[in-house]
Amino acid sequence: MSLRRNPATLTAAVLAAATLASCADSQRDDGDGDGGGGSDDGTFIFGAAGAPEMFDPFYATDGETFRVTRQMFEGLVGIKPGTAEVVPELATEWTPNDDGTEWTFTLRDDVTFHDGEAFNAEAVCYNFDRMFDQNEAGQTAGEYWGYVMGAFSNDAENSLYQGCEAAGEFEAVISISGPTSGFPTMLSLESLSMQSPKALEEGDANGIAAEGEGFSFPAYADAPVGTGPFTFGEYDEANGTITLARNDDYWGDAAQTSELVFRVIPDESTRRQELEAGSINGYDLPNPVDWAGLESDGNSVEVRDPFNILYLGLNPEANPALKDLNVRKALYHALNRDQLVSTQLPEGAAVATQFMPDTVSGYNTTIEPYAYDPDEAKRLLAEAGAEDLELTFAYPTEVSRPYMPDPEKIYEALRTDLEAVGITVNVKTASWNGGYLDNVTAGKYDAYILGWTGDYDSPFNFIGTFFGNLKENDFGTEAYPWGKTLADDLRAADAVVDDAERGAAFETLNQQIMDEYLPGLPISHSPPALVVGPGVDGVVPSPLTAEEFDTVTVGGE
Amino acid sequence: MDKIDQTDEPTRRTSYGQRRKDRIDALAAASIDEEPGISLIRSAWKRLRRNPIFLVGLAITVAFVVLAAIAPWIAPWDVTASPLLDKVRPQTNPVPGPEPGHLLGGDDRGRDLFSRLLVGSRQTLVVGVFATLFGLLGGLTLGTIAGALGGWVDSLVMRIVDVLLSVPSLLLAFTVASLAREPSQWTLIIAIAIVQVPIFARLLRGAMLAQRSSDHVLAARSLGVRPWAIVFRHMLPNAMGPVIVQATLSLAVAIIDAAALSFLGLGNPDQRQPEWGQMLGLAQRYISEAPHLAFYPAGCIIVVALGFTLMGESLREALDPKSRR
Amino acid sequence: MCVVVVVLSMLVFGWLRSLPGGPVSAMLGERQTPERRAALEAALGLDQPLPVQYAKFMERAVHGNFGVSTKVLPGEDALDVFLSRLPATIELSFLAMLLAIALGIPLGYIAARRQGSYVDTGAVIFSLVGVAVPVFFTAFLLKYSFAVEWNLLPVSGRQSTGVDATRVTGMFVLDGILTREWDASWDALKHLILPSVALATIPFAVIFRITRASVLDVLDEDYVRTAEAKGLTSRVIRGRHVLRNAMLPVTTTIGLQVGGLLAGAVLTESVFSFRGVGDALATAFREKDYPVLQVLILAAAVIYVLVNLLVDIAYAVIDPRIRTR
Repeated sequence: MSLRRNPATLTAAVLAAATLASCADSQRDDGDGDGGGGSDDGTFIFGAAGAPEMFDPFYATDGETFRVTRQMFEGLVGIKPGTAEVVPELATEWTPNDDGTEWTFTLRDDVTFHDGEAFNAEAVCYNFDRMFDQNEAGQTAGEYWGYVMGAFSNDAENSLYQGCEAAGEFEAVISISGPTSGFPTMLSLESLSMQSPKALEEGDANGIAAEGEGFSFPAYADAPVGTGPFTFGEYDEANGTITLARNDDYWGDAAQTSELVFRVIPDESTRRQELEAGSINGYDLPNPVDWAGLESDGNSVEVRDPFNILYLGLNPEANPALKDLNVRKALYHALNRDQLVSTQLPEGAAVATQFMPDTVSGYNTTIEPYAYDPDEAKRLLAEAGAEDLELTFAYPTEVSRPYMPDPEKIYEALRTDLEAVGITVNVKTASWNGGYLDNVTAGKYDAYILGWTGDYDSPFNFIGTFFGNLKENDFGTEAYPWGKTLADDLRAADAVVDDAERGAAFETLNQQIMDEYLPGLPISHSPPALVVGPGVDGVVPSPLTAEEFDTVTVGGE
Repeated sequence: MDKIDQTDEPTRRTSYGQRRKDRIDALAAASIDEEPGISLIRSAWKRLRRNPIFLVGLAITVAFVVLAAIAPWIAPWDVTASPLLDKVRPQTNPVPGPEPGHLLGGDDRGRDLFSRLLVGSRQTLVVGVFATLFGLLGGLTLGTIAGALGGWVDSLVMRIVDVLLSVPSLLLAFTVASLAREPSQWTLIIAIAIVQVPIFARLLRGAMLAQRSSDHVLAARSLGVRPWAIVFRHMLPNAMGPVIVQATLSLAVAIIDAAALSFLGLGNPDQRQPEWGQMLGLAQRYISEAPHLAFYPAGCIIVVALGFTLMGESLREALDPKSRR
Repeated sequence: MCVVVVVLSMLVFGWLRSLPGGPVSAMLGERQTPERRAALEAALGLDQPLPVQYAKFMERAVHGNFGVSTKVLPGEDALDVFLSRLPATIELSFLAMLLAIALGIPLGYIAARRQGSYVDTGAVIFSLVGVAVPVFFTAFLLKYSFAVEWNLLPVSGRQSTGVDATRVTGMFVLDGILTREWDASWDALKHLILPSVALATIPFAVIFRITRASVLDVLDEDYVRTAEAKGLTSRVIRGRHVLRNAMLPVTTTIGLQVGGLLAGAVLTESVFSFRGVGDALATAFREKDYPVLQVLILAAAVIYVLVNLLVDIAYAVIDPRIRTR
């Protein structure tokens, strides 16, 4: 969205995308119905893997919902398209006070909500207070707020958010309890987007209730009002389509297509077939196996920079032998990760040297990857007296994540390597929602594969999530003598105000984690892709998988 | 056929699973014959010998069983090794194609596809045979108890059996398999076996009832032979004909159900030892780029299931007293 | 029937909660920690003992409130989710059954009249192949050839995006006819063809075999021979005697196939991303949407019972003997 204020960036991005698209020679004539229309008109139809939960991003948790709401809502800060970098959006600039607890945001003065309400400091504070002040059901459903802010109004002293004040018509001051690497970056989260105060009030937006096993949402959740380039049209549940219309009064450059449609197609191979048939214009996360075929059929596969990590988790509480650092190092040396990356992961994937991708601040470039060395692995195992190590090693089924397109195959490769150094592997599996995650958090597996896609550019969002919570983490770091030190150090590093200093602190921590602690084995980063059909231009792939479709054009030229 | 079934109302045949029951009962009735034993089989064989459907089914079945038995020795490659792994590239070459020494190429892990198909027959047979065997044993126990004891035990057992029969078989197997905390080859086998239990139970019980009043049983009883001895020596052996027929048909159903369950992710989690249903399930991801990965195991499943079905159906027709008229 | 539903609801309720995983995992994903999990479980009442949960469920259920969907259509009443998906499945099953009947009965009749001929053997083998091929594979083959390779029919979904359609009943073809939006109706029908053909394979095979068998039985009956001896025209014999009497078991079968159709619909709807009850069931199972699963399973049972009731009635209409009893 910053694009609109940076015409140069926009041009560059569009050019880049156009070049990419034109590499794939477009053979198909796109005059056939759905995709038709002029260059600044027409409909962009995107094949979604699942239906959105509802349309209030504050209560949403899944990518399919955010993909839709992202087109209608904007936050105070935004993400520069194609990067994970924070840029101005509804706020043009922000300045902290000296101790980093009071942040003054200068707002744009030319923004109105879709319902005609003015966007100003009061609206901003209304939004924050609304998010802060949740009933019991809202506190569990408003998961991202809970995740980044820690607490709600009923537990105000434990909340990062402390209050919001309108200092002028277009000047809002937000107070937080202490500095953290995540603020104000976290304001780019889709859940913390700005919504129309009037619509929130009229639709009883906070009237969420737990009913039976689910949450029932208020009327507002079906009629969202934001400031973005698209406005809500309709959700045809029977046919599984969501239609958004162009916001003609948008403050920036108006969207290129007059309509944006999301069509729910749960099956991946069906999405590909629909694209080939020309009835959708694009879809997310094409199977890497299909990339070459899709390209040769005239589509363009847009590969995002990896912003994720796949790791092999180890749990010393489930298997005491793993408490020995040499055993963990032995496991790491046993893995042929180069072969795994080249034979099982898409192009652009890389072997991981630490628990975060290189685009995150605090990434340590000097860390060398553990070499593939089965003999060294055997030696270390022998030294630790664990030659006949038995490992209960699990993988999830019925799931595909950006960092692991096919868990079963990745698992098979890792397992083969482990067995090659004499480790006995007990194969365990469960479906993702059918017990796998439960068993991982409950510490039922000695070893497991899991990963993480970053929410925003913050080192703490990666290693803080993994090891920052001493009592409850999947790596069981509490069982290690250094577990508490690591958790404390992470929190301390996160609270450093100065960017450079903070980065250095995290670099040191990354080095320590890999050399001295090794609570788990980082495996790889893989690039998720999205694909668009012939004639579609202007898609800027985002490492955060947060594409905005207002720059997309659909046409035959 | 309703004549032998005294407990059920004969005309209102619309209770659940009635059609399945009818088929089973018809088969059960085949066990009583004026001259039981050898001559029945002989006369059936006489007709079967000239039945092309039976012969085709027999040929497929025999070929499959022989293949499954010798597969590990004739497979050109070790099925767990990945000789073609270095050729696998997720985008450009996800599934290595045929080349000298690899008749059908490799799978997504660079393992020899032809060898895996060959050896896969063995696991498939194991699943089919064990599922049918367990189903048979369960059905034998229930059916014998019900048929031999009669009375309220019979009513109770048969009520349960009828309820189970009314549930579509795949749905029942799916339910049982998903109940297991950790899927494995054995949970798969047990899930399919449980679906087979009511079929065999009803079949055996019907056969028992039919024989209760037959001459040889009456004769044995009047000679003072103990009841259980009558059941095991006289009634059971005579019920074996229909049981064998049903077992043949059940094998086909077991193999198809196993494929469907594996396809749904409820099969053996260890993908190292090949099994056709599981190979088919894993091939889904490659359906656009390498459909042959799905077609081979699917073709094998279909042919084998067809073989068992053809053989079973013609056996049944041959044993059916009606068609012998 | 009420008792059956209550008992079934208890079983379903207990069964779902005994499965590993749950809606909380589905909501939290990688973000799951024991702490957050506990908070969410407490908010949703999943931490209470089973009997308490069940009592609450029943209390709401008697007021027509079956709980709120967690994932299929979050925030919506589970019963509404079912009702909104039902028209699609009715449309699909209806067409599939129509196809199965339209093909199965004539073919079964012809095969029986010419028993032993090549036509008969061919038709029998064809029907057995239909049984041996797993439904999901049939569905996939149809989609691959007609929609992907030859581009004759739409790949998936119920209606093309951009088609202007008014919703009346939720059955898109019917809606188009009612509102005279012929384009919308035609478009929806095109989307229905492949899934209904795939779904029809199983009932077709069964209907065909039953028709064939019962026509064979009837042809052998004395009254047909008498009619023939009386010199009645073969048309009269066919219509009044053979077909009418042979239809009795066929009617029953058609009713009983409805259960099988539901099972098949789960697989077929998944392959064609067809938003019906089967698709909702698959999603609800994958995402552990308890309220929706409960409603869907109970509704399936009720429908099953109702259809059997209808079959009873149809039976009475065809066979006057039942009415006189």
